[in-house]
Amino acid sequence: MIRAAIVGGSGYAGGELLRLLLSHPDVEVTQVTSERLGGKYVNSVHPQLRRRTELKFTPRAELRPADVLFLALPHGQAGQEIERFLPLTPLLIDLSADFRLHDPAGYPTWYGWEHPRPALLHDFVYALPELHREEIRHADRLSAGGCLATAAILGLYPLTRAAVLDRTLPVVIEGKTGSSAGGAESGPASHHPHRSGEMRSFAPTAHRHTAEIIQELGLNGQSPGVAFSATGVEAVRGILITAHVYLKDDLSEKDVWKLYRAAYANEPFMRIVKEGQGIHRYPNPKILSGTNYCDVGFERDPHSRRLVVMTALDNLMKGAAGQAVQAFNIRSGLDERTGLDFSGLYPI
Amino acid sequence: MTIVVMTASCPECAAAVKLAQDVEKGEIVQCAECGAELEVFETSPVELRLAPEEEEDWGE
Repeated sequence: MIRAAIVGGSGYAGGELLRLLLSHPDVEVTQVTSERLGGKYVNSVHPQLRRRTELKFTPRAELRPADVLFLALPHGQAGQEIERFLPLTPLLIDLSADFRLHDPAGYPTWYGWEHPRPALLHDFVYALPELHREEIRHADRLSAGGCLATAAILGLYPLTRAAVLDRTLPVVIEGKTGSSAGGAESGPASHHPHRSGEMRSFAPTAHRHTAEIIQELGLNGQSPGVAFSATGVEAVRGILITAHVYLKDDLSEKDVWKLYRAAYANEPFMRIVKEGQGIHRYPNPKILSGTNYCDVGFERDPHSRRLVVMTALDNLMKGAAGQAVQAFNIRSGLDERTGLDFSGLYPI
Repeated sequence: MTIVVMTASCPECAAAVKLAQDVEKGEIVQCAECGAELEVFETSPVELRLAPEEEEDWGE
């Protein structure tokens, strides 16, 4: 069995990670840390795990060596404390933003702080298997992508890979997200009278995930760039990306189908969703709750060269914990679907 | 069980649509990939065309 520990396991991504690893046939979860909840059973904040485990949270100071260490800490903490974690494990997988960007200059620009250990940034592989599977196989440091960024990247990757975009025009991306993407800590924005029924623009510009989108799609230094906006909607889980791009050539919808098939036909968690009729014609995050699937769809504007791309995923799964477990499986030489075979619920 | 003996290209998404040998002209088949309902317009050689579909429009 592979001994796994979760650092920062009281949040939503940490809880989802614990749920996945408890059902993983090749993993034994040895420790879950929380500074605030040390000594309490993990099911005190993850009630879905009642009678699944008798693990209690331990403080970080009591962390022991493990075969793999998953970090699910708030942004900024993993970078500050990385020296404490590295000696404890041969394989470290960080779910925060702290090691996603390769260029240290991205942190003051997009996060507002200087990176505390910039020399380590190039040790980490961005853990999106659809883009970096071979690097993941040989990496000892992995950094899972941001939820909105993952959805945007997976939606547009087949197009940037094939270099079919008209780069004289911006790539415009709108992301709608459920409330769990905001984390388990409450604040004014999560107060029920405000949050309930809400459709609120919270980052019309300058969303932090823009940096990852630019990096992973290879759009660095190109102008016009990526125009990304984020909106909170009435859902707990789920992300729906709607991206507007312009094609440099007059590709037909069949041509676009071929590009998406070329990128994703053999990907176990990617599905091209584009049906001509009915109510399930395009990606819908609702049916992906709890699954590691990412559904992508598109439609060619018949009146212009605009292509509208839609991507749906569960922000806590393919957008966080599921992505991390998929990368862990690949790195560990396991079937990458192990522990991730839930198909979802319908209706839900 | 339908025995698949041939395929034809989906006019919507270019996927290979599986067809039975005894498929008949006018028959409606469905593309497994894009879900499009397709009419068998010709059988020799097989030609598929999009069957009419309903539009969805919530705009007012």
